[in-house]
Amino acid sequence: AAMEVPLSHGLASRAAALATGYLCYRRGSPGRGLALRSLRRARRQDIDDVGHKYYLELELEDVLDKDSTVICTAEVLYHLGNKNIAPDVQFTLEGELKNTDEADNIFYNRIKSLEKELVAENIPDSHGNVPPEMEPIRLLAWVASGYVIWQNSTENTKFQLAQIKHVKQVKRSDEYLEFDYMILLHDMVSQEIIPWEMTVLWHPQHGVQVTQDSRQPKHA
Amino acid sequence: HQVLRIIPTNDEELQKVQELQDLEELQLDFWLAPRGLGHPVDIRVPFPSLQPLKAHLEANGISYSIMIEDVQTLVDDEQMEMIRGRHGLPLSTNTFDYATYHSLDEIYTFMDLLVAENPNLVSKLEIGRSTENRPLYVLKFSKGGTNRPAIWIDTGIHSREWVTQASGVWFAKKIVQDHENNEGVASILDKMDIFLEIVTNPDGFVFTQTQNRMWRKTRSRRSGSVCVGVDPNRNWDAGFGGPGASGNACSETYHGPYANSEPEVKSIVDFVKSHGNIKAFISIHSYSQLLLYPYGYTTTPVPDQKELDEISKKAVAALSSLYGTNYKYGSIITTIYQASGGTIDWTYNQGIKYSFTFELRDTGRYGFLLPAKQIVPTAQETWLALKVIMQHTLDHPY
Repeated sequence: AAMEVPLSHGLASRAAALATGYLCYRRGSPGRGLALRSLRRARRQDIDDVGHKYYLELELEDVLDKDSTVICTAEVLYHLGNKNIAPDVQFTLEGELKNTDEADNIFYNRIKSLEKELVAENIPDSHGNVPPEMEPIRLLAWVASGYVIWQNSTENTKFQLAQIKHVKQVKRSDEYLEFDYMILLHDMVSQEIIPWEMTVLWHPQHGVQVTQDSRQPKHA
Repeated sequence: HQVLRIIPTNDEELQKVQELQDLEELQLDFWLAPRGLGHPVDIRVPFPSLQPLKAHLEANGISYSIMIEDVQTLVDDEQMEMIRGRHGLPLSTNTFDYATYHSLDEIYTFMDLLVAENPNLVSKLEIGRSTENRPLYVLKFSKGGTNRPAIWIDTGIHSREWVTQASGVWFAKKIVQDHENNEGVASILDKMDIFLEIVTNPDGFVFTQTQNRMWRKTRSRRSGSVCVGVDPNRNWDAGFGGPGASGNACSETYHGPYANSEPEVKSIVDFVKSHGNIKAFISIHSYSQLLLYPYGYTTTPVPDQKELDEISKKAVAALSSLYGTNYKYGSIITTIYQASGGTIDWTYNQGIKYSFTFELRDTGRYGFLLPAKQIVPTAQETWLALKVIMQHTLDHPY
């Protein structure tokens, strides 16, 4: 049996953040990051023996072009009990996402032709600055963190990417680009800042993949 | 460009010179701001404003001398700063850069300048000292009277929320600029005082600048733990220690060993209790774009829920009207999460009906690392919401 339950903004916004992270991972690239502009509608059903299902209507915006928005209808299912299973997310998008082939290819070629591996720290810096040439590196982290957020979210977490502490390119002999990131995730519910390491693979035609990730210990 | 020097010799002259600071279209650059009778005021005047300014001064019988006949227009910004003897510290609140993040020293210097420039309106109170013995300063804006009903605003209680301290600095200047203006806070200041604590957690703030940009808590140490700091927004005596705070000293929401253990919190508690006439209390945080009222520690609605909700609706509409920034509003517990020992739960239970918390920009894209160019727009829109709350407080005495 499934029962509709009243839903507070506090709970709904967590499911919205999770859905946005997942979506961004599935559709993002160094030329396109998606962020939540507004949560338009939300409701929740508690399904016996299964878990809690959220039905959401979100408006998302392109991080590089605020005027470019899409509407997303998403269903998020948090599984009962087992904390090791990532929530299920399904979504449909209304509206067109901008084509980023050109920007993606420019970035891809730029990195491929670097003599020394790219290394960078603190993106954004303390004052919120991101050097323009680092924006695709930042967006790639934004997209990849969507995967980490999706895999690690529960109804009691609300993660956002807070900062890239460190990023290092790893040269590969194949066509993929590989980056090792140390990121900080902010969990709004516990207010904790959680360092997380992730290895990210990308190719313009093959999308973003997180091949390894692990939570790191917090400093005292 | 020329640099003119004026030495006000009476109150009327002084006032006229102070008023010049408001004439934005003249683009006057005050190298020495008005400080009082007999103190020189030096103004760099761009060429197009020379004639109108001189005419204005002459018409008002204000004598001036030409200190520098022709400032080289090719003098670049850095040399200009050196000539002013800036040394990294601002010389007047008109030359202060509101669109950037500042150090604690710069903010404390700003406060002193604001008081010196407006001695009849602004004073600085020290309400206590932090764990690391830094002074805790509150600016008082008052047109007189004794113990008038008052509005309290604090920013920076969580040190990593940098847009809040930066907005607090902007609010301080704004109150001064608008204190005679009916679209501003004139009518509010005619009857009420405003108290503004800009850096509510100075130890944490310095730590975010020197060691860890993401530091939230105070910097108190307790024997028996390697971890430092207490969450100052879980340390108040309202549902203290209950669900919605952590008993673990290493947690970001550690409530502390007992309520008011943190001097940053105790000093405000003592101030509020001894003042006895605070009618609105607004504590400012970031990020999430929310306007919140009590309670955080319990789902029981406050008796004044309906009124607080209506005020919130109006305040949020005013905020949005400027740049379209979208805010949600509601009680803490339903809108974000359960939180015990929170500031405005305590102030509400003390009888301060109009108790609110803001969570400023953004919603996560930059989070705590909000770009400096968003400081002024954030402060401007938030100010509109604050004015709604202050006006309502003025119109509904209790």
